[in-house]
Amino acid sequence: MLYFAKWKVALVLGICVLGVVFTAPNFVSQQTAGNLPSWLPHNQINLGLDLQGGSHLLLEVEVDAVITERLESLVDSIRTELRKERIGYTGLGVAQGQAVIVRIRQADRVDQAMELIRDLGSPMAPDLFGQGGGVDIEVAAGTAGQVSVTLTEQAIFDRKKAAVEQSIEIVRRRVDEVGTREPSIQRQGEDRILVQLPGVKDPDRIKRLLGKTAKLTFRLLDTTTTVEDARRGHIPPGSVLLGADTQEDGAAQYVVRKRVYVSGENLVDSQPTYDQGRPVVSFRFDSIGGKRFGDVTKDNVGRPLAIVLDGKVISAPQIREPILGGSGIITGSFSVQQANDLAVLLRAGALPAPLKILEERTVGPDLGADSISAGKIAGVLAFVFVMIFMALAYGLFGLAADIALLVNIALIAGALSVLQATLTLPGIAGIVLTIGMAVDANVLVFERIREELRTGKTPFAAVEAGYRRALTTIIDANVTTLIAAILLFEFGSGPVKGFAVTLAIGIITSLFTAITVTRLMISQWLRQRRPAALPI
Amino acid sequence: MIRLRLVPAKTNIGFLTQHIRAFFLSGFLCVASIGYFLWADLNYGIDFEGGILIEVGTPGPADISQMRSALSGLNLGEIALQEFGRNTEVLIRVERQPGDSAAQQLAVAAVKEALAKEITGEISYRRVEYVGPKVSAELVRAGTLASVLAVVAMLVYIWFRFEWQFAVGAVLALVHDVVLTIGIFSLTRLEFNLSIIAAILTIVGYSVNDTVVVYDRIRENLRKYRRMPLKELLNVSINDTLSRTTMTSVTTLIALLTLYVVGGAVIEGFTFAMIWGVLVGTYSSIFVAAPLLLYVGLGRDVSESGPSEDKGAAADAG
Repeated sequence: MLYFAKWKVALVLGICVLGVVFTAPNFVSQQTAGNLPSWLPHNQINLGLDLQGGSHLLLEVEVDAVITERLESLVDSIRTELRKERIGYTGLGVAQGQAVIVRIRQADRVDQAMELIRDLGSPMAPDLFGQGGGVDIEVAAGTAGQVSVTLTEQAIFDRKKAAVEQSIEIVRRRVDEVGTREPSIQRQGEDRILVQLPGVKDPDRIKRLLGKTAKLTFRLLDTTTTVEDARRGHIPPGSVLLGADTQEDGAAQYVVRKRVYVSGENLVDSQPTYDQGRPVVSFRFDSIGGKRFGDVTKDNVGRPLAIVLDGKVISAPQIREPILGGSGIITGSFSVQQANDLAVLLRAGALPAPLKILEERTVGPDLGADSISAGKIAGVLAFVFVMIFMALAYGLFGLAADIALLVNIALIAGALSVLQATLTLPGIAGIVLTIGMAVDANVLVFERIREELRTGKTPFAAVEAGYRRALTTIIDANVTTLIAAILLFEFGSGPVKGFAVTLAIGIITSLFTAITVTRLMISQWLRQRRPAALPI
Repeated sequence: MIRLRLVPAKTNIGFLTQHIRAFFLSGFLCVASIGYFLWADLNYGIDFEGGILIEVGTPGPADISQMRSALSGLNLGEIALQEFGRNTEVLIRVERQPGDSAAQQLAVAAVKEALAKEITGEISYRRVEYVGPKVSAELVRAGTLASVLAVVAMLVYIWFRFEWQFAVGAVLALVHDVVLTIGIFSLTRLEFNLSIIAAILTIVGYSVNDTVVVYDRIRENLRKYRRMPLKELLNVSINDTLSRTTMTSVTTLIALLTLYVVGGAVIEGFTFAMIWGVLVGTYSSIFVAAPLLLYVGLGRDVSESGPSEDKGAAADAG
């Protein structure tokens, strides 16, 4: 155990030097590190949000809304088709968000109705192997003229998947608009999005932006009835009663036609601006949108046009003249901030489904800074105390263990930098804990050496036997902690994962330093001094 | 040269004469922990119960009762305030608001507004956390699963490396440590959150680590002293490793105590759990794990089945 081949010595020293080299960038400022030549290591330890401050938002895409939306649009199409063919029906509607149900009055026309409905399915793209394809709906006949329409499993899967992917894209655009540094937006699981925003002081604005679906539609007000009538339940078919988009209670309501003339999908730009000193939002359509907008304004001069965002009426100005240029402004009771936000939302586009915040963790920069300094002090103090203790207990051998501990810290820091693993507050705790536990391997060896000495072995033989006998114990003991760390990493989230990472790295590096580095030092010392007794 | 020795170089303490008492003590503490846990449950943090947590930094020493009365008028349900680390820091916990995420945000905004009215000077919001019911349920599941898997993994590993009797002893000792940790958290009403699960898993690792070292020596001595009665052999093994057990516990405790004192309030719960776990783990590997081997039918043939494998390992190591 005490003989080291030259290449082994070189390897051990090489690893130690690498640890120091990879740790080095952490001692200079971030900017200096960034300017280092590319052949030098320049990665710094990645600080978790709990240390550098920032926001962690876990969002869920409410994918069921996409399915409901498709079913509702099917209801509209089925109504139109059946009416066109003069087929009598009752009870048309969406049942439990799963299917569209309709009962055909005349039994002999059920087949014809089913045929009509079947044609309403949208074609689906076949997969890579040319499988699938077909349409997205299944039409089935029940008893007594009942017809149910469901989406195929594949269609549901495709729609949900597309909704999540599109949502991630829209979330990214909205977050980018706000201009935070290095946001991270990742998909998590089936229908979740994890947004991490380092350094964000006030995540409220981002939450507000992400909380809106931002479906913008231009529709006409229904002037054939009054709001009072509608409140009593007399809403003409094809119209709905919508509230105004303000925070105030008892806000105005509007009866709005369901038909959408132009929607936000056709917008190409949107900017906050001022009109007669008030904040407004200007917009510009693409050519199709511009044409449709021109047509509707031309045909309806003098009538009010409702601008609807997420089912709430922003404003319903009178159309004074046809707007043919494809651009216009949205007026409303906006503050400057609200006008800004609306412009951002319109530029970034609408979310396919609403987002729900499942989890939010925001840490202010001062708490993060406090945690770092507390962690540093605790680390240094623990380190010094353990080093003194080891030196007192094992003398020269203790000093060897102390040097190994120093190398160990350099290796942990180097590994964290190279792997770009995230250091969190529990992660710092993991390092401090490692300081305490890392010496365990050396304690095992040194105690064993003492025992061997008591049996009358020569120093050389005692050290040799001490290392050899302690080795299996050391490995057995450390594997158990490593198992715990792996499980923590697998099942933990956020900061706890950071703890698992430092704990696991700490175990591996401490095994290396305690077994190899101290052994190298002690064997060199034994060779040079050839002591008659061991100072242990 | 004078060396710091926690225990004399060669001890012969009769641990195994006390083991019945130790069993009673441990058994009593385990039953008490489980009973108290069933009766009083744990003080779950928002990680597991859902809800809103706000850590506020006030310009001067915070008047908690004044803040409490300001917030209780908001109709947000149960609100808990506590000083956190320093007297200028207050932790506010608000129960989860009925409704969607917008309702939670409104509650946070209402708290901020009420505090701004009540406190002169700038308030810093050091931490704002919200955990929804879906996520908290998942965290409970993941935490439980991880803990159970950790125990099973230890069982399998020790079974693989030793004999099944050792695995049983180690796992009983480790369950003992986890149960007592849960008991102390139930008793002290300290917040039980995700970092405590991390601490428990680390305790699992540490406890087994400690036990393995003693077991390793028992296995070695089983081969060395073929005629020695098992009880005496266990006692010798514990005494052989006593110096190491105390040294490692002390260095780990030095690090943990430093962290507890200067590490800040955020990880206080974690370090408290770890300190407790190290103390209990050290106790259990001496007084629970080793004496248990008397009762699990550990035959002397254990030493026969081992050698070939051990020689291989020793040869590799050499």
